[in-house]
Formats: sequence, C-alpha cells, structure tokens
Amino acid sequence: MGRYFKNIWDGVFTVLIGMKITWRHLFTPAVTIQYPDVKLKLPERARNRLYVNMDDCIGCDQCSMACPVDCITIETIKSTPDVDLGMTSVGTKKRLYVPRFDIDIAKCCYCALCVYPCPTECIKMTDVYEFSEYERTNLIYNYSVMTPAEIDEAKLKLSTYEKEQAAKKAAAPKPAVPVSAGVAARPAPLTGPAPAAGTPQNPEHKP
Amino acid sequence: MKEFLLNLLHNEIIVYSLMAFVPLAWVVPFALFAVWWERKISAHMQDRLGPMRTGGWHGWAQTIADILKLIQKEDIIPTAADKTLFKLAPFVVFVGSYAAYAAIPFSAAYIGSEINIGLFYVIAISSLVVVGLLMAGWASNNKWSLFGALRSAAQIVSYEIPVALSLLTVVMVTGTFDLQAINRAQTGYFWHWLVFQNPFLFIAAIIYFVASLAEVNRTPFDLPEAESELVGGYHTEYGGMRFALLFLAEYANMFAVSAIASTAFFGGWNSPFGDFLSGPLWGAFWFISKGMVFIFVQMWLRWTLPRLRVDQLMYVGWKVLIPFSFVLVVGVGFWVMIFR
Amino acid sequence: MEAAPAIHPATGKGSMTVPGLGRSLKSEEMIINMGPQHPSTHGVLRLELIVDGEVVVDVIPHIGYLHRCFEKHAEHMTNYQQVIPYCDRMDYVAAMNNDLGYAIACEKLLKIKVPDRVEYIRVIMAELQRIASHLIAIGTYGLDIGAFTPFLYCFRDRERILDIFEQTCGARLLYNYIWIGGLSHDIPPTFVEKVKDFCRIFRPNIKELNDLLSYNKIFIERTANVGVLPAEVGINYGASGPILRGSGVAWDLRKNDPYSIYDRFDFEIPTGKGLMGTVGDCWDRYMVRVHEMEQSLNIIEQAVDRIPAGDVQSAVPKRIRPDASEVYVRSETPKGEIGYYIVADGTTSPFRVKVRPPCFVNLSVLPAMSRGAMIADVVAILGSIDIVLGEVDR
Repeated sequence: MGRYFKNIWDGVFTVLIGMKITWRHLFTPAVTIQYPDVKLKLPERARNRLYVNMDDCIGCDQCSMACPVDCITIETIKSTPDVDLGMTSVGTKKRLYVPRFDIDIAKCCYCALCVYPCPTECIKMTDVYEFSEYERTNLIYNYSVMTPAEIDEAKLKLSTYEKEQAAKKAAAPKPAVPVSAGVAARPAPLTGPAPAAGTPQNPEHKP
Repeated sequence: MKEFLLNLLHNEIIVYSLMAFVPLAWVVPFALFAVWWERKISAHMQDRLGPMRTGGWHGWAQTIADILKLIQKEDIIPTAADKTLFKLAPFVVFVGSYAAYAAIPFSAAYIGSEINIGLFYVIAISSLVVVGLLMAGWASNNKWSLFGALRSAAQIVSYEIPVALSLLTVVMVTGTFDLQAINRAQTGYFWHWLVFQNPFLFIAAIIYFVASLAEVNRTPFDLPEAESELVGGYHTEYGGMRFALLFLAEYANMFAVSAIASTAFFGGWNSPFGDFLSGPLWGAFWFISKGMVFIFVQMWLRWTLPRLRVDQLMYVGWKVLIPFSFVLVVGVGFWVMIFR
Repeated sequence: MEAAPAIHPATGKGSMTVPGLGRSLKSEEMIINMGPQHPSTHGVLRLELIVDGEVVVDVIPHIGYLHRCFEKHAEHMTNYQQVIPYCDRMDYVAAMNNDLGYAIACEKLLKIKVPDRVEYIRVIMAELQRIASHLIAIGTYGLDIGAFTPFLYCFRDRERILDIFEQTCGARLLYNYIWIGGLSHDIPPTFVEKVKDFCRIFRPNIKELNDLLSYNKIFIERTANVGVLPAEVGINYGASGPILRGSGVAWDLRKNDPYSIYDRFDFEIPTGKGLMGTVGDCWDRYMVRVHEMEQSLNIIEQAVDRIPAGDVQSAVPKRIRPDASEVYVRSETPKGEIGYYIVADGTTSPFRVKVRPPCFVNLSVLPAMSRGAMIADVVAILGSIDIVLGEVDR
C-alpha cells in the first residue's frame, strides 16, 4: 500500500521536475542558426572539397596512389628536353605534362590522405561544402588545363623525340669491340666518343 | 447573441445555423494556429527555432502551407478497405469533437445551446469519437490499424470514467449541469473559482486534466498515435485531406477539453479581477486565454514526458485515477454536506 | 516478407495444416517483421518477431543490409595507413575508438612505441568520442521511449565535441586522425581551453539529463525490469561493454587489460546495481552509459592538464612493411570490446584484417533478452543494446 502511494508521488514529482527543465529551456536562446542566410565559418583545418593548383602539379602520382578509394586519375606525358615547363612554387622543376587529372569528388571520402604526400602541396582540401550537382557526371572534376590540341601536340613531340633518339642510337658507330679477348694482355682502349650515352647536344638532359 | 441575430434576421432556422457555425469559425483558425504554436513551443523547448521562413515572421504561414500541400495530395484508399466506413470515419471523429462546442459557453452572451444538462451532454457526445476511431481502424483493412484503433478505443473509454467523476464533483458543488450556470457561480475574483474552493476540487481539477490528456491521445498517453504496434495506429492508411481532418478533429478536441477544464474549474469567461475587464467581449477573451493556457500545458507535457506502454496506461487509468476520483466524490459530498 | 513458412526453420514453431484434420494445429503464433526501415533509428536491421498474441516468443535478427566489405578492402589497400578511413566507417558514431584499436594493433605488429604526447592526446580523443557516442545512445533511447526533448539536448552537447574534433583534424564524423605511429595533426592552440570549457559546461548537463529522463517515473516504468540479461548469459554470449556492465559484471578492458596509458588515470567502472528493478535490465544498461560519461569526463580532465610536449609525427613510419606475423589486439569502444586480428605477410599491405565487432556480438543477445517480453518492449530492449549497423555488418 505504501509502495502504491510512493509510486504515485514519484510519478507526479518527477513529471514536475521534468516540466521545470523544459520550461527553463523555453527561455534559453536557440543554438541553431538559420542556415542559408547565416553560415558558420569553418575552422582552418576543415576538410571539404578538394582543390588542385595545376601550376604546381608535377605529375608525381603520389596523391593518386595514396587515395584509398581510387578517386584520382592522372595521366602524364613526358616533356621533351627543349620545352621548359617552368618551376613550381616550391622550386621544383616541372618535367611532365599532365593532360588528365580527374578527381571523382563523389567517390572522395574526404580523408585527406592525398594531401600529405604531395611534394609541392598543390592538392588541398578547401572549406567548400556546397557543391551539389544535378548530374552525377558533373561531379567528376577535370583539373587539367591542357586543351586537346596541346595534348596532341605534346604527344606528337614526345613520339617524335623518342623516334629521333632511337634513330640516333641506331645510326651511331658502334664502340670498338676487342678482337681477341684472351690473347692481348690489354684490350684496346675505347676511342672516339661513346655515341649512345650523353649526347653532346644536350649535356644536361637527364631522363 | 441569439436575440440580436433573431431581431436582425427574423428567421429561426437561419439564426440557429449561423450560431452552429460560430464555433467552426473559431476551431479552424485555432487549429491552424495551434499546429504552428506547437511547433514553435517544441522548438524553443529544444533550444532550436522552429518554422522561420514560411510567410516571413517566424514562419506563421507554415500550417497554411501544410494544408495546401495536403489538399493537393492524391486521395489513396486501400483497395480492400471498406470504402464507406473509411470515408466516413474522419467525419465522425470530427463531429464527435465538434458537437461538444454546442454547449460550451464562450462568453456570457454566447453559448450555442443553453441546455440545462450541458455538462452531461458534453461528456456523452464526445464519446462519439470512439466510434469514429473504430471505424477508421476497421475500415483500413490493416491488422495493425485495427490493433491501434482498439487500443485507442480502450484507452478513451477507460479514461471517460475519471473525467466524468471529477466533473461530478463540480456538479455536486454547484448543483447544476448547465455550463452557463456553473460559470455564473464562479463570478467574482479568482479565488471564487471552483478550483480554489476546496482541496478536493483542486485534486479533481488535476485528475480531470490528466484524464483529458488520455481522451485526446496526447503524450504521455499517445501510444495509439506514435509507433503503436510498430506502425502508425488508426490513421496509418489516411493521407491528404482525410488525415488533415483527423488532425483538425484532434486539435478541436484538445481545445474542447481545455475549455471544459477552464469552464468547470477555472471560472470560464469570468475575469480574475472581478468587475475589472469583464463584459461579453472580455468574457470571450478570458475564456479563450484560459483555454490557451491549458493547451500550452498539454503541449508542454508532450515535449517533456516519454510515453506509457498500454498496460501501464490502463493501470494508471483504472488503478490510480478511478480510485482517487471515487474518494474525491465522497469527499466533496461530505464537504458540501458539512459546509453548506 | 516472403510467404509465411509453415514451420519456422529456426525455431520449429508455426502452424501447419494437417491433412485430414481440417484445421491448423497451432494458430496463435504470428510472424511480424520489424523491417529494414525502422521507426527507431538504429540503422537497417530486420527483426523477425514471432509473437504469441502480445508476447514475443522469439526474435530473429537479419543483418547484412549495410555490409560494405571492410575486410576485403583492407586487403587491397597499398598501405596500412590507407585502411584507417575504412576503420572510421565501421562504427561511424565512435570513429576515434575504431582507429585507436587498429593503430595500436599495427604498432604492436611493427613494434613501434609512440611518444607520450601522442598517447595522451589519443586518450583524450577516445574519451571525448566515448561521450559523444553515449550521447547518441541516450538521446535515441529517449526517442524510442517517446521523450523527444532529451534527444535534442544530447545532440546539442555532441555538437560541442564535434566542433572540437573539427578544429583539430578538420572532420566532424570520420576523422582519419589516429595514424599508425602518431596522429595526423597536432592539437591546435585552443584545444586545451576548449576541452576544459566543454567539461565545465557538460557536467551540469548530465545532471539535467538525469532529471529530465533517467529518473523520470514513466521512463523507469518503461525500462526497469524489462529485458533482463543475467550475468552468466551475457558472459556466455560474449557480450561486452555497457550491456555486460549493466548486468553487474565489472569488466572493462581499460582496467582489466589496460592498453595505451589508461593505467595512469584514476576512474571507476560503473556497473548495474538493479536500483530501479532487476540487475541487468534496460535501465541499468542505460545508467551505466550515463555514469560512463561522467567517468570519461574525469579521465579527460586528468589528461588534458598533463599533455607532455613532443612531436606527434615523430614515430610515424615512412614505410610500413611489417614482417610476416599476426597480432590480435582488443580495446574498449563505447559499444564494447573491439578486436583487430591483423595478419601481415611482409608486404606493405595487410594480408588479412579481421575485426571482432562489439555490436555484432551484442546483437546476438537480443533473442535471449526478449523472449517473454511484449512487442512494445522489443524497441526498448533493442535501444538499450545500442547497436550501430555499420559495425554489425562492417
């Protein structure tokens, strides 16, 4: 019998305590903001949409290899020695054309694993989070700045250059081979320029 | 008001029809307002803002926008449903809640029908809601709706008893069922209100309020409406305007029980300051304000409390409220006998 | 739902028409589907309830709706560090603890010792994440029972924790912060102050939550004596975390099998005592979570004052190529005991990563707890186990 009355008293009392709490909250200011009109400023480390500064990209493929979901696709074309692609902002010389640098931002999991290995810090996560699209294919971002004409030109240059190099290698005189390996005590020294390596025209060309 | 209109129009039928529509002119805007108000109150209790954009200032047109949306929805009736009952059910529920407004005095000058069994009529006619709920549950041809409707019917029927008993204490004190007479008996300052006349009446007011929460299916007694049997209860299969009508009926019912609470216990259309700020129009203002206070308390409870399970609900109704109501009836009887 | 089977294969119950008899043998039991889409927000889980009138005779959970092949992906990563974003996504409401378990396992494999600064920050992050995860558990549990307001209060407090995380590593939910050998970022200068602010603001909020929900008579009526899990049953099923502690078993890996630097902190292990009903009922499990939040606050307050100086990246290996070996490491997430079994084969990518998820094992206790309960109680019992389907299905 006593428990019966205690239960009723507990019921009423705890209800009143709960009501006091919600009454108090009626007068506290709201913690929400009116989103499209007011937007929160994100902290500086915020990880949202990716951005690639193509001027600094050297085409090293580190970001693409680091991505756990394979959302970055990079294709590169070697540049010929007569072209100066410029320097990146950290002082590295660029040697590769990047005709294709696609990021499928729909696949991106925003883990920032691509940001850390980049040697020139050209891929970054920005604070942009409002990038919805109506078509899913619009979410594949093409960062490369080369036009198809430029790409074809670069490929042509490269293939031409490679053919030239192969031709030079084939046309150059073979180095003198020792006639009898075992008789002479000292093999004849190699005379003349070694044609294959280190062509004199481009002393600093390193593949 | 009746005399005024009779003098104007000289036709009894038209006058009575107009009088019957006056509460509707209150109930429909009230329901629109109450839905908005509930959303704002729940929002501020939860530290957020609620509707803010529709219509500009704090989203006041949100409910209107919702009604427009519901109106243009497709009217879906399940194939195997009992079509007549299905279509009729929301109307029966609404009639059950709305018919109670006939005997509720909005002010000294307006009462739909001044019958001398006003309170008895109100309690009796609001039981029609149960019939409507059962029709809705049965006609949906969905066993979960049926379970939800049966539970809701059981809940409403069991809580009718504490409602009736606590109102009986009021009748015993004032000696009449007529709601206008009950109101007139509370004229004066706020300490003349029945709730402050004797401690039994104070507890009777609380019991009436709690039991009326169960009558209108509000938390903590809203198991029929919430995830009853994992689905939606008796209004699962209703969409569009039918659903809107069921909800209009719920808000009409909410105001009706608040109005009865304020009339029976809290002075109705009487001003709390005696003669100051009283009169026919002021009476309507006081009456509506008191009704709104109770509506606010109902909403406050909804957003504070969890809901009771069905067997616990029945326990509270039968084993707590009814014994207390009986004790109150006996107590008020003795009080009246001794102090009169 | 398929056509109702005649005799249910798992339980042997059901109804069957016997030819010649002309009527069903047993017609009271029904099979109800609490389908993948739920009123209660626990993810995509299908519960098949076999009920006899109002009383539940058996519950058969059907999982796999959120299976995303975590273990297979882990084998195809080119690098052990690349698995960490996948670990985040298993229990997505408590990502730091998942990462911590994996990082500790890999560090044991590589025999790396991380600097103390890293350990302290990891503990602070793990405990903050524990509070955040319990806030979701408590809030959604209130929502299942019908109280709408505590849910929002819990989320408001969780936002503060997520803001701290966002300032530290840039992400709010899936962090990729705890790396093998260290952390991805050092803490920002405002970190200590913000954590202290949070601790200061949060303690009174726990009291408010208790007043509003935990000690509310209606809530107690709904959860006390419901879904009782006896201690031996829990141990036999392999349950861990708050549901085992709610049954009175004082087993917490942070104290019983300490990892990281938990042995340097002073905190208690709350267990269920049956204050409002039986030991091991839903209320006990719920209260264990509330008390654990308080204990986590204690740990955070102790740790945040003592973070030593150092470099969080100094022990991060440039190239992770462990010898061919295997390791099993377990740690305590908010849901229970998570275990990582990693088999390395001498290359830079793991040969096999197997996870022992706490929610998966905890969910298996559901049928034992719900037999004999009413249908309305199954929701309460499921909420008290606190499952996250990402971890159940991986």
